[in-house]
Amino acid sequence: MTRYIFRRLLQAIPLLLIISIVLFVMMQAMGDPLATMGGRKVTKPEDRIRLARQLGLDKPVCVQYIYWLIGNDWTRPVGEIPKPNAGIFTPIVQCLDPRNYIDADNPGTRKGVLRGDWGISLVNRQPVTKVIGARLPNTLLLMVTAEVIIIGAALLIGIYSALNQYTAFDNFVTATTFVLYSMPVFFFALLAMYIFSVNFRKWGLPYLPTVGMFEPNVGQTPAQVLWHMVLPVATLSFGFVAGYSRYIRSAMLETLGQDYVRTAKAKGLPRPEVIYIHALKNAALPIVTLVALDLPFLLGGAIVTERIFGWPGMGRLFLDHVERSDTAVVMGIMMMIAFAVIIFQIIADITYAWLDPRIRYK
Amino acid sequence: MTESTLEQPKPGIASLLPDELETPPLSLGQLTWRRFRRHRMAIFGVAVVVLIVIYAFGGMLVFSEADANHAETGNALRAPTREHPFGTDTIGRDILARTIYGGQISIIIGLTAMLVEVVFGVTIGALAGYFGGWLDSVLMRITEAVLVIPQIFLLLVMARYFSQSIPNIKLLGRTFSGSVLVIVFVIGITSWPYLARIVRAQFLSVKENDFILAAHATGTSTRDIIFRHILPNISAPIIVSATLSVAAAIILEAYISFLGLGVRPPTATWGNMLEGAYNYIDTAWWLWFFPGILIAVTVLSINFLGDGLRDALDPHSRSA
Repeated sequence: MTRYIFRRLLQAIPLLLIISIVLFVMMQAMGDPLATMGGRKVTKPEDRIRLARQLGLDKPVCVQYIYWLIGNDWTRPVGEIPKPNAGIFTPIVQCLDPRNYIDADNPGTRKGVLRGDWGISLVNRQPVTKVIGARLPNTLLLMVTAEVIIIGAALLIGIYSALNQYTAFDNFVTATTFVLYSMPVFFFALLAMYIFSVNFRKWGLPYLPTVGMFEPNVGQTPAQVLWHMVLPVATLSFGFVAGYSRYIRSAMLETLGQDYVRTAKAKGLPRPEVIYIHALKNAALPIVTLVALDLPFLLGGAIVTERIFGWPGMGRLFLDHVERSDTAVVMGIMMMIAFAVIIFQIIADITYAWLDPRIRYK
Repeated sequence: MTESTLEQPKPGIASLLPDELETPPLSLGQLTWRRFRRHRMAIFGVAVVVLIVIYAFGGMLVFSEADANHAETGNALRAPTREHPFGTDTIGRDILARTIYGGQISIIIGLTAMLVEVVFGVTIGALAGYFGGWLDSVLMRITEAVLVIPQIFLLLVMARYFSQSIPNIKLLGRTFSGSVLVIVFVIGITSWPYLARIVRAQFLSVKENDFILAAHATGTSTRDIIFRHILPNISAPIIVSATLSVAAAIILEAYISFLGLGVRPPTATWGNMLEGAYNYIDTAWWLWFFPGILIAVTVLSINFLGDGLRDALDPHSRSA
């Protein structure tokens, strides 16, 4: 098992490297971060050259990538390097020229990602770790709450409709889950906002807030945050509740029909024990993997949810910084997510093997 | 077994010629249709999809594209009236006409993105599954790499990367924003890993069958084995997956357009009609309601259709 985990972690390294290279190259070609740097004013040409040099943006992409990855504090100044004239192969020639790597106009101070330095945001000149760190708890708050609600609600609904198969409740749940499962996140969000916020206010009922984490004049109190979380969490979880409860329902139905469950009933065990201990334990097994593997989808939902509800989390941070071609922050977010997804995949495998002793990894 | 025992007529049904049977054997298509039409939700899905296609393409006869893009700033944000049954948007364009033309683009994006996805997914899955070895490991690592980043993040970065300066396209006398092509390509190229994995798994199991061994023995070319012997056998999961991915592509287009990185105006899609609509949540519900409900209904019925197809094509699988 330890060997298996170790091997999986080793395999993750080239994967992360490939992802980082592809994303980095795409980010470079995504527009000019300097254009919006001077606020409303257009950046002057001489400032542009100076800024590009200062930030290292005048370097070939591969050099920028190397600096991003391992930093540039080891570089030494060697003076001007003429730009090679090789047509479309110029970037490749530049990449192969070692002088490009050891040259630095201003002695490098960056340590590189591998040594924990994620660079500086081009938008607000703050370290990336600080920028992301300020937003991460907000997203985590939203996602962890959503995940708890998803699992709790899905278990309740799934088990109840499995035990009452083909009753009116079961049929109603089947129809509703089908509709909710196919409903786009933004449509649910807008509809919920319209009903529970706009119309409830019109009707004089206690209405839910639509934007932000708290009322500015009240401040960030737990009660405020909780109240503001209702709609975003509901938006984030509804599709998953629908999907998972279907899954649990069919898994429960399958387990309830198995011989060992009949044996448990036959030997006179109380019904709750048969259902919740014998049947549910086996039926809930795949849910563990499902939850871990669906992390990318939950994150994808978070980006839309945060945008609609003005939630100051990572999704909105990502959108804002993609729009301004802020490589450092976007790379930071993407690599963090990729890393989290890989780790969760490994955790899913491990938990699965731990829960189901029939599974062996080599 | 000797020849004589083979020729001996067996009693019962085997001795009858096919046209003497009471019911002629059904083809796979007929069998599928028999199972499919018993699936009530799937039939409902087909009906709604047909209605929506009629709405989007038949609507062309009522409204011209100029109507859809005609802005009347003095008449902006009007609630639904008889003149504008779905109201008008922030710059006074008729929402009914825009949902018709937006629907065309959304449906076309859904279908073409699905084609891109199927081409990539089937090719990569088939190569990895059939040849195995180093090719398999390389292709599967790439697949994993694409899967590790949540699709919507990848879509946003790629949509921005490819839509730098793409010209408008003229087709059939109409001008389309070039970003439509970008979106189709980007959705297709980020969706294939799921399909590739399905196809690869199917190839791995089908290629071990005896009839593939027989095909090898008779000197069938690799191309024929892949395309004529294996692919038809695994068409069921591909068809189901392709159907569902039309719905997924329509939703994805709506997501990125909603987030402002999708299809550029004036070309309407259901998704970009929603862009910024949440700013008017208090005042103009018709801005987001009509395109939103069209997306939701379309996606729901395509999912029903896909679900029915899954049950019909593969009677062993039970939809969850």
